[in-house]
Amino acid sequence: MEKKNNYTISVYTENNVGLLHRLSAIFLKRHINIESFTTSECEIKDVFRFIIVVKMTKSGVEKVSKQIEKQVEVIRVFFHTDSETIFQESALYKMKSSALFEERHIQNIIKESNARIVTVNPDYFVIEKTGFRDDTEKLYNDLEKYGLLQFTRSGRIAVSKEKMGISEILNTFKIQK
Amino acid sequence: MKNKKISGAEAVVHSLLNEGVDLIWGYPGGAIMPVYDEFYKFQDKLQHILARHEQGAIHAAQGYARSSGRVGVAIATSGPGATNLVTGIADAQIDSTPVVCITGQVSSHLLGSDAFQETDIIGISMPVTKWNYQITKASEIPEIFAKAFYIAKSGRPGPVLIDITKDAQFELFDFEYSKCKGIRSYNPLPTISNDSIDNASKLINNAKKPLIVWGQGVILGNAEKEFKDFVEKSGIPAAWTILGLSALPTSHDLNVGMVGMHGNYGPNILTNKCDLLIAVGMRFDDRVTGDPKTYASQAKIIHLDIDPAEINKNIIADVPVIGDCKDSLKRITNKIEKKSHSKWISKFDDLMKIEFEKVIKSDLNPLKDGLTMGESIIAINEFTNGDAIIVTDVGQHQMVACRYANFVKSKSNITSGGLGTMGFALPAAMGAKMGALNREVVAVIGDGGYQMTIQELGTIFQLQIPVKIVILNNDFLGMVRQWQQLFFDKRYASTEMVNPDFVAIAKGYYLDSERVKDRKDLKPAVERMIKSKKPYVLEICVEKENNVFPMIPTGASVSDIRLN
Repeated sequence: MEKKNNYTISVYTENNVGLLHRLSAIFLKRHINIESFTTSECEIKDVFRFIIVVKMTKSGVEKVSKQIEKQVEVIRVFFHTDSETIFQESALYKMKSSALFEERHIQNIIKESNARIVTVNPDYFVIEKTGFRDDTEKLYNDLEKYGLLQFTRSGRIAVSKEKMGISEILNTFKIQK
Repeated sequence: MKNKKISGAEAVVHSLLNEGVDLIWGYPGGAIMPVYDEFYKFQDKLQHILARHEQGAIHAAQGYARSSGRVGVAIATSGPGATNLVTGIADAQIDSTPVVCITGQVSSHLLGSDAFQETDIIGISMPVTKWNYQITKASEIPEIFAKAFYIAKSGRPGPVLIDITKDAQFELFDFEYSKCKGIRSYNPLPTISNDSIDNASKLINNAKKPLIVWGQGVILGNAEKEFKDFVEKSGIPAAWTILGLSALPTSHDLNVGMVGMHGNYGPNILTNKCDLLIAVGMRFDDRVTGDPKTYASQAKIIHLDIDPAEINKNIIADVPVIGDCKDSLKRITNKIEKKSHSKWISKFDDLMKIEFEKVIKSDLNPLKDGLTMGESIIAINEFTNGDAIIVTDVGQHQMVACRYANFVKSKSNITSGGLGTMGFALPAAMGAKMGALNREVVAVIGDGGYQMTIQELGTIFQLQIPVKIVILNNDFLGMVRQWQQLFFDKRYASTEMVNPDFVAIAKGYYLDSERVKDRKDLKPAVERMIKSKKPYVLEICVEKENNVFPMIPTGASVSDIRLN
């Protein structure tokens, strides 16, 4: 059996309603569970970048990437292992404000973990932590015993170590025209 | 057409005319009525054929596209009209058929409100379309139609769906049309690398026992001549997938028959003996490869395809040649030495002799009284001189027709290959006829599939579309019954059919029709049918429990092909 690994798939696309559905259908059709999925406009105006994290074999991620790239509005697809990308996740932790003053230990945890207090009001306060999964998980474990009102974690955001060259691809198209 | 305000509905018609469309298949309904009103006004320029079911309309558009090489167009209303297209869209997607579907949609202010006949056809059709788009403003129409036709026919062709809200059909705007010349995120024609041509040519020149397997890519790429030149110069035996059939004439010396589950004995066995397999415009479907682990594992593989996603999808290629095969075949042909592989080819001949003795002889010259599907196809060959377009449905008759029909010209074999859509043939045949009016079109259909879209006899009657319809009736869902016999100890669960009087049904539609049961009546009946200038339904009652052989059981290796 071929070994499964974490892969970060970066998909550069046009800004199009429904493309999200088209991409997720490619994973659904193959019964692949998506670990995380984020999207935003990238460094080029009107070009969007999806960051999709999956646990797959190398041959599997190659095939899926080709199927994604085949979609008309997809400009280019890359996939990378964890060591080929710089990646982070963000997490928010909402707690009762009383805990901040009654449990002095919490302040040490926040300090040691390099987390940040985003807001404090009489009822609750919110901590933000950006880092690797291990970092946000450790903070979760440390804070859990003091009572978390809410917890949420973002999908992975990532940039690759290698060059992607999307502007060049788009320029080639302009020249051909 | 500059600077004159017209409605979105009229813009749909002008967009179609700008794309050279003169025939469209469909079915009207509430959400598409403004467009139909324009069809009425433009009927001298754009013929609309009313099918009897939207599935009939889309299969007809597919048949039209396959026989003519043009883009087929189907139109339906929202809701059930749109969902009834889905089977045909999925069929066109998996068989790479260029079709543009237009669906009406509820007004944009009603979207998402579960309005009457509202359905999310964009969401439903997304996984089975090459591209789709919902138009909510009339001003989007020209650009989206131009893109739709460009996407449907360029690169690897496929189905496109445009959903148009009713308010966009009524809205007035300044219409101006320009054809789509390119989309920056879409590269339909990948550049062929010189290295891939060099490497492929080297492998071909050094091969001792090479085998070509070609698919529909040769037909879709209009590369029949380039392919024939390549086959003839290389002297390599060539076998076809079901959708590649007719790209090279049946009688060609180097045509060694069909690969796959019910293909010929020789090319299947020798797939696992060759030292080089050259796959041209085909996608290594599981019905072709059997067990992929043992498939040609001893051979080097060259894979020519326009779609990069097909490379290494099912079978790993040693030399992928990505690009248009019309171009790549020509370049490879220029680089290879002229050869003949007579000793290797004699192996195919030897295996064909075995197949003839064990299978073909009794298929074509049966000793029993009952008629066979094989002799029915041979009778059709005789009176069409192999010059007809044969449209088949799905099942035993399809395999038999593909095995025994003679083909002289390309684009002559039209069948539902990838999706295996029963009910495809009758509507596809009427579409194929409209796409190739000067050619004879013979639909060969089983009694099961025939009854799935039998209502299209109404369309054939109303327009007097002169298709010849042959029902090979064995009163069974024959292929499923065959599997039940071989793999389920003859437990014939729901495969026997008590059929209606097919001749009476045809006559109910005022179509000429007859039934044949005896061998002596077969050829005269086929001759009458072919000579008729009108639509014709011929029911041939064949042996109830005949099987199609050779056969590769599911998941077995191609070299484990059985002759009985």
